[in-house]
Amino acid sequence: MEPLNGFEIFIRILGQLSPVWIALVVTFILSIKFKRNLGLYGKLFDSPIGMIGYALVMFWVFTAIFGGPLDMIVTHDELSQISGLKNKRPGIAVPNAEEKELYSYYLLGGDNLARDVFSRMIKGSWVVIAIAPLATMFAFMVGITLGLPAGYFGGKLDTLLSFLANLILAFPVILLFYLLVTPEIVETGIPSYMAAVLFIFPLIFTTILLNSRFHTQPTLRTPLIVVVLVVMGWIYLSTVSEVGSKISFLPHFMDLFDVPGGILVVFVSVVFVNSPTVFRIVRSLALDIKTRDYVAAAQTRGEGPWYIMLWEILPNARGPLIVDFCLRIGYTTILLGTLGFFGLGLPPESPDWGSTINEGRKLLSIYLHPALPPAFALLSLVLGLNLLADGLREESLKD
Amino acid sequence: MGKFILRRLGVMLVTAICLTFIVFILTNLYPNLEKVAKTQGNTRMTDTEVTSWLDNRGYLQSMPSKYGQWLGVVPGYVIEGPDGTVRARCASKGVAPADAPRFCGVIQGHWGQSTVFKEPVSKIVAKRLGLTGWLMLCVLLVMVPGALIIGVLAGMREGSKTDRSLSAISILTTATPEYVSGVIFIAIFSSSAVGLKWFKGTATSAMEDITFGNFFLPVITIALYGMGYIARMTRASMTEVMTAQYIRTARLKGVSFRNIVLKHALRNALIAPFTVIMLQIPWLLNGVVIVETLFNYKGFGWTLVQAAGNNDIELLLGVSVVSVVVVLVTQLISDIGYVYLNPRIRIS
Repeated sequence: MEPLNGFEIFIRILGQLSPVWIALVVTFILSIKFKRNLGLYGKLFDSPIGMIGYALVMFWVFTAIFGGPLDMIVTHDELSQISGLKNKRPGIAVPNAEEKELYSYYLLGGDNLARDVFSRMIKGSWVVIAIAPLATMFAFMVGITLGLPAGYFGGKLDTLLSFLANLILAFPVILLFYLLVTPEIVETGIPSYMAAVLFIFPLIFTTILLNSRFHTQPTLRTPLIVVVLVVMGWIYLSTVSEVGSKISFLPHFMDLFDVPGGILVVFVSVVFVNSPTVFRIVRSLALDIKTRDYVAAAQTRGEGPWYIMLWEILPNARGPLIVDFCLRIGYTTILLGTLGFFGLGLPPESPDWGSTINEGRKLLSIYLHPALPPAFALLSLVLGLNLLADGLREESLKD
Repeated sequence: MGKFILRRLGVMLVTAICLTFIVFILTNLYPNLEKVAKTQGNTRMTDTEVTSWLDNRGYLQSMPSKYGQWLGVVPGYVIEGPDGTVRARCASKGVAPADAPRFCGVIQGHWGQSTVFKEPVSKIVAKRLGLTGWLMLCVLLVMVPGALIIGVLAGMREGSKTDRSLSAISILTTATPEYVSGVIFIAIFSSSAVGLKWFKGTATSAMEDITFGNFFLPVITIALYGMGYIARMTRASMTEVMTAQYIRTARLKGVSFRNIVLKHALRNALIAPFTVIMLQIPWLLNGVVIVETLFNYKGFGWTLVQAAGNNDIELLLGVSVVSVVVVLVTQLISDIGYVYLNPRIRIS
């Protein structure tokens, strides 16, 4: 069969992505129709920049969901190699495709191990979309749980925590990655212990959040906290306890899921690097907001310090925090790419964008097509997140 | 002011000691040592042989004591092995252990020996740091003026077309990490597939002789990523200054727009970006590691990757010390500079 030309490749890629287009159009129609009832999210659709950013982000979110767990968009298996297609140009026909019931073309060509570049890029988006927002959320939990008391109480606690945060911030990120994500360190179990410490923060956060709100109604509070703690505790234990690593105490039938070792290490180091910055932002916001009248009013009312921090200060700091959350997901994406680029943590055949760029760059002067698609994919996702943050900032300043 | 600097220096010293201790622990964990023993001695050593090899060379002492020796505040070990040979930390080749100095650590200038490059660490670090120095210098020369000009131009008339387009460019550059922009630049400007071949795709030749052709791409790759952030900070600070009372007064007095920007606004608008620029230097270090790997420029960042990848403990420690010191010193300069530049703090 003849290879496809540029236009045909373009049309076929658009066709492959059709579930994404449908989902995007539905999201936008619904959001614009009900934008007056949707608060800050709805206001986003008044700003063109915010809308472009949101469209880019949602494009990748949908691509990741449809392409990753649902297996819809991809044309080939991301790991299988087809002989004869090594480094072949985009649009190359797959030999004997019909007999083997394969898709008949490599839309974006083959990489240096004769795998489909297009499918790898789509699969790679799932790695990023699954890790980056979740890791950022964990970093926010850690940063908020430590930053609020540091800003609100001040004093020795603040000095100590700020010192620790500055300590981590003074590490060059790549050095930290090289120290944390090597097989030797993984062998000692340090990342598993760090995971055990870092992952407990969401539990602490939720418990304090609920307790400070409902402690006046023990009949509601006690069952609520018990249920939440049991569910989250179980998830926590199954995440932390890993067969074959240093922390493995949960019997097998109780272990809900196993996070692949490499992913856990990457996740932990990304959370670890992000938390101190979030801590600093939350601390400075708390320092600013605690002088407001409504905080003084709550203090006079006799509210406890944690109630004031979590239910008075935190909601009023949400604007800058939401904006920073978007930016930080983008930054986390860049960090994940950096890890992949240096071949740290993730398995070498992983389709994530950083690893693919790293593989593709070695032959860059002759073959462009393996390195460029993941590079542009990463660029567009981070750009979308930055534009989204910009739109949100503009709209939240308007009230 | 003097007291402030002294306090900052004290905190800096404590931070440096804490950080180097952490790096020391992480690089001296047992699996790393085992690997060292096997690469230095014999790959087929049994576990007991590994232990005795490590024990004879002082690797199995307690962590604080090892750290003290490495730092040079605790006397170096002198260990008599079971086979009767006496090994001392401070005895270099050809010097009898008895004649060796008592202390030898980073403070005394003994940075150890690299296992990968077979050279003293201090020599490697000095040489590689020099190469990276040129790279950093060029990056700063491109990045700082570029970012400030973009930021000031965008911020002086908020909401104008210039502002919108320049802000869009700065958002785009902050969204492009070095490994993405580097790959795109190499693809466009130096690959034979596109065929432009304006610049070289590697900077290896720049180690001897820096030319525009072999140095432009690495420099612009690092500079672009940092530029957007500084430009946005400058823009924010500039727009804030442009709405200040004294600018309005100057306007009402009939001062020309040019003079308002250059004589009244600029000085105050540049205080905030100064801090940002100094704090960007640690980030540049990241960019340097990526770009040196990508363009195969064998500087400091490349050395870091080699040391970490090959489990070269002494070299990795040396590299870490230098990078931590660089980060802390820039933080100190940024703090002092901020106080010095801001008349409101300086006078009170």
